[in-house]
Amino acid sequence: MSFIQIKDLHVHYPIRGGFFNTVVDHVYAVDGVSMEFEKGKTYGLVGESGSGKSTTGKAIIGLEKITSGQVIYEGEDVTNKRRTRNSAFTRDIQMIFQDSTSAMNPRKRVQDVLAEPIRNFMNLSPTEEKRHMIELLEIVGMSEEALLKYPHEFSGGQKQRLGIARAVACKPKMIIADEPVSALDLSVQAQVLNFMKDIQTEYGLSYLFISHDLGVVRHMCDHISIMYKGRFVEQGTKEDIYKHSKHVYTNRLLSAIPTIEPETRFERKMERRAVEQAYRENAQKYYDADGKVYPLQVISATHKVAMSAAEKEAQ
Amino acid sequence: MERGNILNTSKELLKIENLHTSFRIKDQYYAAIEDINLTLRENEVLAIVGESGCGKSTLATSIVGLHVANNTKVDGQILYNDQNLATLKEDQLNKIRGNDIGFIFQDPLAALNPLMRIGDQITETLKYHTKLSEQERQKRVLELLDQVGISHPERVARQYPHQLSGGMRQRVVIAIAIACKPKIMIADEPTTALDVTIQAQILDLLNDLQEETNSGIILITHDLGVVAEVADRVAVMYAGQIIELASVEELFSHPKHPYTRSLLNSIPQVDHDQDRLEVIHGMVPTLTKMPRTGCRFAPRIPWIDPSKHEDNPSLHEISPEHFVRCTCWKDFHFEHEEGGLNHELHTN
Repeated sequence: MSFIQIKDLHVHYPIRGGFFNTVVDHVYAVDGVSMEFEKGKTYGLVGESGSGKSTTGKAIIGLEKITSGQVIYEGEDVTNKRRTRNSAFTRDIQMIFQDSTSAMNPRKRVQDVLAEPIRNFMNLSPTEEKRHMIELLEIVGMSEEALLKYPHEFSGGQKQRLGIARAVACKPKMIIADEPVSALDLSVQAQVLNFMKDIQTEYGLSYLFISHDLGVVRHMCDHISIMYKGRFVEQGTKEDIYKHSKHVYTNRLLSAIPTIEPETRFERKMERRAVEQAYRENAQKYYDADGKVYPLQVISATHKVAMSAAEKEAQ
Repeated sequence: MERGNILNTSKELLKIENLHTSFRIKDQYYAAIEDINLTLRENEVLAIVGESGCGKSTLATSIVGLHVANNTKVDGQILYNDQNLATLKEDQLNKIRGNDIGFIFQDPLAALNPLMRIGDQITETLKYHTKLSEQERQKRVLELLDQVGISHPERVARQYPHQLSGGMRQRVVIAIAIACKPKIMIADEPTTALDVTIQAQILDLLNDLQEETNSGIILITHDLGVVAEVADRVAVMYAGQIIELASVEELFSHPKHPYTRSLLNSIPQVDHDQDRLEVIHGMVPTLTKMPRTGCRFAPRIPWIDPSKHEDNPSLHEISPEHFVRCTCWKDFHFEHEEGGLNHELHTN
């Protein structure tokens, strides 16, 4: 059973202009997406820059204003209550940011950075609080000395791990991770990813893993949604997306990922060109008159693909 | 394999010998790159890979002399056309930069002037290096924009950088780099800031351009996928040194140095599943804390017997055109593989 449902989420930004600075148009950053999250699973959200994947994550947690749609948490509509400090939703949904440097106050020591969620949501005495923080640091593989240091004294990977420690401080049920490893080197990336998996098995967390890296997403996620211009083009399990992808945009993304086999690069280049050409020639088949993605149609129990109603019937 | 044969016979464009670049920190010089020996041949893509802080960008900027002269010391030889670029004066270098050596930067938005139209920025290079007339220059600008795959050259030439998308901007930067048909192109992380689909297009474009102009490309990147996609030869750098140098097929099929093997092992693969990723212990030493003797990778593979490392590791040619630094690769195994027990004994 899913414990969070996102229903028909819209985030539109007004474009102002003209003499009186009136709203002349809207940017449809997120344009009707629906998702469900189950406990202990990892959900991938993939798209190119500007597709609205980060906005979706921020809208769910309450950092962006939702234009219309609903966020339902354990049967309760929390769409407009997300910002109140003591709600269960605020405590149970946490976020890891892409740039861990700018996500931490440079003038606060690690002990203050980590204490913030603890003081907000847990009623602990100072000694308990300290013990809890040391536990957190142990989980992310750091020692007690780190408490008195400032964020700039750590390397990128360590800072990202502190970000994770802060996110898990109040034993959340779900973490929204917005490109958590894209700024990190390969070896550090492996560390952080392993680590996110360990925490998941320990606490039974769910992740919404936002990324543009299809290799990393495949490694982490059970369920993947591909996003384009604010809408989903394809949704399905790892298997559905990587083995039986249906939408031309998904194919295009998949064919563009470099692999580490230099022997096959010529064939892949040819394949990529073929996919690219198919994309250009058949684009109107996959997008409606305004260039928007069609609504999702159910193909199998887990697999949904955006296509027009006419095409759905043809199948 | 055919391509490899062509490479061996083709002309050497650039020869780097014994290059050391040091930066001054608190009145003391620390070498950011050491003992670099490389050749770039015509028609070749030479990739330089490594993690951040390993000196790959320092190598690139040393070749064209783009660092702050006051705080930097460059020793060694960078031979191009019988000239040593390391000793040239600024005005002599200016004649070479942009004309013989093109440079493609990582962040196209920072590399372009936000107040100049695209056309004017390309003309600037042509004005400095060629004797073309105004009309000829305009014509060449449109040619170049067309060559890098921009569909409306006339319109784009009149636009400003902010009006273009990331991929388009990177194409413009490439157009500027190839404006004078350089013999050498240095591309410093040319696709890092771009989406995968755009990245694929830009890499294809670089490949096509090279086939037309027979130039040599030095491609600097941290992405092994990109390397496998376009490179002919690969130099892997760690802590300021080249630790492995081989053809791309050889490197990916028979990696030798522990660092190369660990890196390849830590990539999540698209086509097969694995439960856990391999992790490299510790981190790259910072410039001021760099060990000056011994194998620099040794602290990160503590389960390997210290006696297996060389005291002063040098590059050994273990098979034709395949070089590996230090001798520790012969006895290297991953921690979880057999021999892991020895490690326990060591640390106790």
